[in-house]
Amino acid sequence: MKRSLFSILVLLVVVSMVLTSCGPTPAPTEAPKPTEGAKPTEGAKPTEAAKVPFAVMPGGYLEKAIAGEYKGKTVTVDGPFTNPDDQRFFESVKAFEEATGIKVNYIGDKEFEARLSIAVDAGNAPDIADFPQPGKAENYARQGHIVDPTTWIPESWLKQQYNQSWLDMAMVTGPDGNKMTAGVWHRFNGKSLVWYPKDDFDAAGYKIPTTWEELLALTQQIADDGDTPWCIGIESGAATGWPATDWTEELMLRTTSLENYDRWVKGELKFDSPEVRKAIETWSQIWFNDKYVYGGRNGIVSTFFGDAPAPMFEQPPKCWLHKQGNFITGFFPEGAKAGVDYDFFYLPPVDPQYGKPFLVAGDLMAMFNDRPEVRALMEYFTTPQSASGWLTNGGALAAHKTATPDMYGVPLERGIAELVVQATSFRFDGSDMMPGEVGAGSFWTGMTDYVSGAADLDTVLKEIDASWPR
Amino acid sequence: MVHMEVAQERRLGAGSRFLAWLGRVLLAVMIPLIAFVVIYEGFLFLRDSQAPRWIIAAVAIVWGVGGVALLYWVFNGIVERLPDVWTQRLQPFVFVGPAMAILIWYLALPAVRTFYLSLFGRDGPPQGVGFFQSFGSDAFVGLQNYVAIFTERLLTEAFRNNLMWIAFGSTFSVILGLLVATLADRSRFERVAKSLVFLPMAISFVGASVIWNFMYEIRPVEQPQIGLLNALLVAAGGNPVAWDKWVAIAPWNNLFLILIVVWLQTGYAMVLFSAALKGIPDEILEAARVDGATEIQVFFRIMIPYIMGTIITVWTTIVIFTLKIFDVVWVMTGGQFGTHVIATQFYRQSFTARNSGYGSAIAIILLLTVIPVMIYNLRQFREQEAF
Amino acid sequence: MKSRKWVGPLLVNGSLLIIVLIWSIPTAGLLVSSFRSRFDIQTTGWWNVLPHREWKKVAELDPKELGLNPDGVMSVEGVEGTFEQLRAGLRSPDGDTRVTWVGNKRLGHIEVQKRVWTVTWNFTLDNYKQVLLGTEIKVTKPDGTVETSPGQNLSQAFLNSLAVSIPSTVIPILIAAFAAYAFAWMRFPGRRGMFILVVGLLVVPLQIALVPILRDYNTLNLNGTFLAVWLAHTGFGLALATYLLFNYIRTLPRETLESAFIDGASHFTIFLRLILPLSVPALASFAIFQFLWVWNDYLVALTFLGVDPTYKVLTQRLADLTGTFGNQWHLLTAGAFVTMILPMIVFFSLQRYFVRGLLAGSVKG
Repeated sequence: MKRSLFSILVLLVVVSMVLTSCGPTPAPTEAPKPTEGAKPTEGAKPTEAAKVPFAVMPGGYLEKAIAGEYKGKTVTVDGPFTNPDDQRFFESVKAFEEATGIKVNYIGDKEFEARLSIAVDAGNAPDIADFPQPGKAENYARQGHIVDPTTWIPESWLKQQYNQSWLDMAMVTGPDGNKMTAGVWHRFNGKSLVWYPKDDFDAAGYKIPTTWEELLALTQQIADDGDTPWCIGIESGAATGWPATDWTEELMLRTTSLENYDRWVKGELKFDSPEVRKAIETWSQIWFNDKYVYGGRNGIVSTFFGDAPAPMFEQPPKCWLHKQGNFITGFFPEGAKAGVDYDFFYLPPVDPQYGKPFLVAGDLMAMFNDRPEVRALMEYFTTPQSASGWLTNGGALAAHKTATPDMYGVPLERGIAELVVQATSFRFDGSDMMPGEVGAGSFWTGMTDYVSGAADLDTVLKEIDASWPR
Repeated sequence: MVHMEVAQERRLGAGSRFLAWLGRVLLAVMIPLIAFVVIYEGFLFLRDSQAPRWIIAAVAIVWGVGGVALLYWVFNGIVERLPDVWTQRLQPFVFVGPAMAILIWYLALPAVRTFYLSLFGRDGPPQGVGFFQSFGSDAFVGLQNYVAIFTERLLTEAFRNNLMWIAFGSTFSVILGLLVATLADRSRFERVAKSLVFLPMAISFVGASVIWNFMYEIRPVEQPQIGLLNALLVAAGGNPVAWDKWVAIAPWNNLFLILIVVWLQTGYAMVLFSAALKGIPDEILEAARVDGATEIQVFFRIMIPYIMGTIITVWTTIVIFTLKIFDVVWVMTGGQFGTHVIATQFYRQSFTARNSGYGSAIAIILLLTVIPVMIYNLRQFREQEAF
Repeated sequence: MKSRKWVGPLLVNGSLLIIVLIWSIPTAGLLVSSFRSRFDIQTTGWWNVLPHREWKKVAELDPKELGLNPDGVMSVEGVEGTFEQLRAGLRSPDGDTRVTWVGNKRLGHIEVQKRVWTVTWNFTLDNYKQVLLGTEIKVTKPDGTVETSPGQNLSQAFLNSLAVSIPSTVIPILIAAFAAYAFAWMRFPGRRGMFILVVGLLVVPLQIALVPILRDYNTLNLNGTFLAVWLAHTGFGLALATYLLFNYIRTLPRETLESAFIDGASHFTIFLRLILPLSVPALASFAIFQFLWVWNDYLVALTFLGVDPTYKVLTQRLADLTGTFGNQWHLLTAGAFVTMILPMIVFFSLQRYFVRGLLAGSVKG
């Protein structure tokens, strides 16, 4: 009985093999393997001074790509973003694909961190990876996996495309201990923004504060009127605590010099120092006052950061101020209109001698595999058109100097871009620049412990310092 | 009869013993290897063919399953055609070989590699250096990673938490599973009850996290609660609390995470106990009842000893799962609020910080924690004459 | 049954009912939530779909008109209190009406509310639509036109999940059954050592195997194929399978096997014709667990199958649905149920193998 079962099985298997090999062939599906399936190209086609809607670096690989030298090749890009940002990415690279014939495959998803680590260790690294936290790129750079783009992109071009601050922020320590550039900046989020329910705010007669004292006065005013002015939430699963790191960085920029900020991000200025303490204690004045925060201090650690601004949209609003990066608009209720139902203002400076700094967080494109077509795509990423999907649809801003406000299709992002231009200085989100175990580890958890009362400030600061990798 | 086989075995000389050994090893390796090649060839067909998706899926299924079955049959056939003595020696390895080979390739070798990595620093052993030379390099730190583990606050917290998980999580899963299996066995509504208790197992961890968010969510007391527990608490006049994120009662907030996993896992225990209970011959139970034993006595004196083997099995596997628990903790709290466990620390160190030495050391510690369980199991088996 | 009193069944069924009810509450919450809109989910509890009493506005008053001073004690509609007290809501003496201040001191108004029975029934199929049929994406192009691309439905991911899950369940069972039989009923050198290894490997966290296996797959050019995932799931599930099946097989009565040997059957025949059929409860149990584990698995599929959209499995697609920052997490309510359907069907269909008396009677045969 069983014997015949086996024979049937064997027959089935053979039959299915036959079927498959001479089955109907409908339109071919996408190539299943995301990695290179490179077919050799023919000689370069003659260039027709190709009109492409983006700037091309002279003498580079992008030029050659437009001439058709790498037609048919594939480049893989890995990143952590999904819906709807992956749609925006497809839009953004369409111009590149059409001009060069190179296919760009985006293979990202939420488990980016673990997946990239495994892939790189196994020898399977993607061609380019989008790092939302450049500090994590440092780990890979130090272990020698990342290719420095300045090996073929001349400094003059980079200086033309980016503000010097951006170029400085891309420097990390390489495998031999020297500094190297980890990648090219692509897009960013503005963070020094306070969101408020515009219609109710104006109806109540509140005024937008322009200094920190005014902000505190407004806070007190709203509290006297009976409401809790601030909505704050830092819960985020494994990443709980990151908004608190943002506030710390904002206050650091406003209460101490840029040099101190940079030293702090590099690990030279310890967390357990008067500057950092002052910054943290400044925002603690707001956070730890139960009258100032919706849900009180205890609610902060258990409120999901995306749900935190929701009370602002109730009628009447249960809170009036929410500081967050511009991506938070994705969490606002559908139907809420920018400029009508909500708007933003710049988080005011504290000490006028430090000017009006602006905190940003961006995505860095880092190259793992050195091939000509990958180089061409990297060059494309140095142009603002490589972020066109976001420029026209909102959700992020282009990091390039050459991105003009009229490129922005959404007035909200345009307004933020203008704010950035007006800022006297800007700096990158510190925790994103710090090594992973601090910036995505002890800094987050330390802040959570501090806010929830599980540990006092001294313990937390010492722990964060201790976790800095030597 | 079984003893005859062993006796014959001993009479053979050293030369044939060596050949036997060789044969065993070859078999163990050959079966999966050939399975591999055969399936692989068929698979090249599948991958490159352009047939509609569902045909590929169907063929994949048939090919995968059929291929393996076919191979066992073939190799067994070969072995059985050999002279009896050889059949005896080699046949067990047709049976056991593939399993051991796969286990070694997928689990044992990586474990050894992990131990090797744990002896080095952050960036692992230096590239391009021979195995023996690597021990002399700078990156070699010996047992330093292990020392660091026992002194770091977060890791001692993780150990404490894992102990809590085992003490409460495993115990409750087993007890509840047994309870439900017994009750359901005697009830008219057995199938419905068992299906409903089993249902949580079908929910992925991500779905479970959403479900329990609806239970634990906290909102300010003046606002409507969307978490059930807080709603009940507020209705009874209290203030809402953060449950699993309730740092003030640490480490007991772990219990709320443990509750989630008990909820998810009890179905597993229940199914196994149910099958075991159904295997108890009716005659024994009826005889006891006729002798005047109450139901409770029957349960504790007859049923439990009879299924003790299953109880140990279930308990062992649940303890081991609990030691490895990761997803629920990671998704609910990320290990914060005092809820870190060994596996979340491993993730943090290996993937976030990319500290390969430290992360590997944590994994090895995890492996060592299972030794007591292993010893216990072996002793049980010896007592029950399995060996 | 006649020998039992009526208390017995009542006690049993009663306690079972209580346990099952409590057990199902969380899932019921999810089911209800999956039919509610995102706004409802985030603002009110799911139990509001059951009849409950709520305060509903009956009248609205302007405190300025009434000449009330928010900073002092106010007297309105029969109740007296300060601003904070009114904010929290003051009950009128007859108990059924409540006067509350809504908003802050500047802009607020006073509401008179009555307690009424109500149900909040804003059900919507939107969540399911988005999960099953995919979200529509609207993209504005640089030249100003808006392009709408229909979402991707789940059918491909579903097929992929099936193609991954079924062999990943059957192959380990097959291999483990052979091995379990050998451990239970065959004698060979190294038996105890190998068994210790199996139990020991139960605890190995699969994350440590990912990098070495991926590397091996790269050299063998296996990456991104179904075979890679099947073998990986087999590797990770084999220890448990062997352990469970071993424990079951060794409880089978020796006499049956002895008599079969005497009749001249080989190990293979006994295994195929006697042990496998007898082990069906254990095989079915393990099949359920392994199927569930593979069906809901995320990390292994991610690592070995990759993130190519044509090969993505259900769990990956669902996770992607929540958006880069997780702002669409309410879609998981519907998503969780959609993925649950097939495993439950598998469970129901395999349940009939847990039949009493499979063993009883075989001893005599």
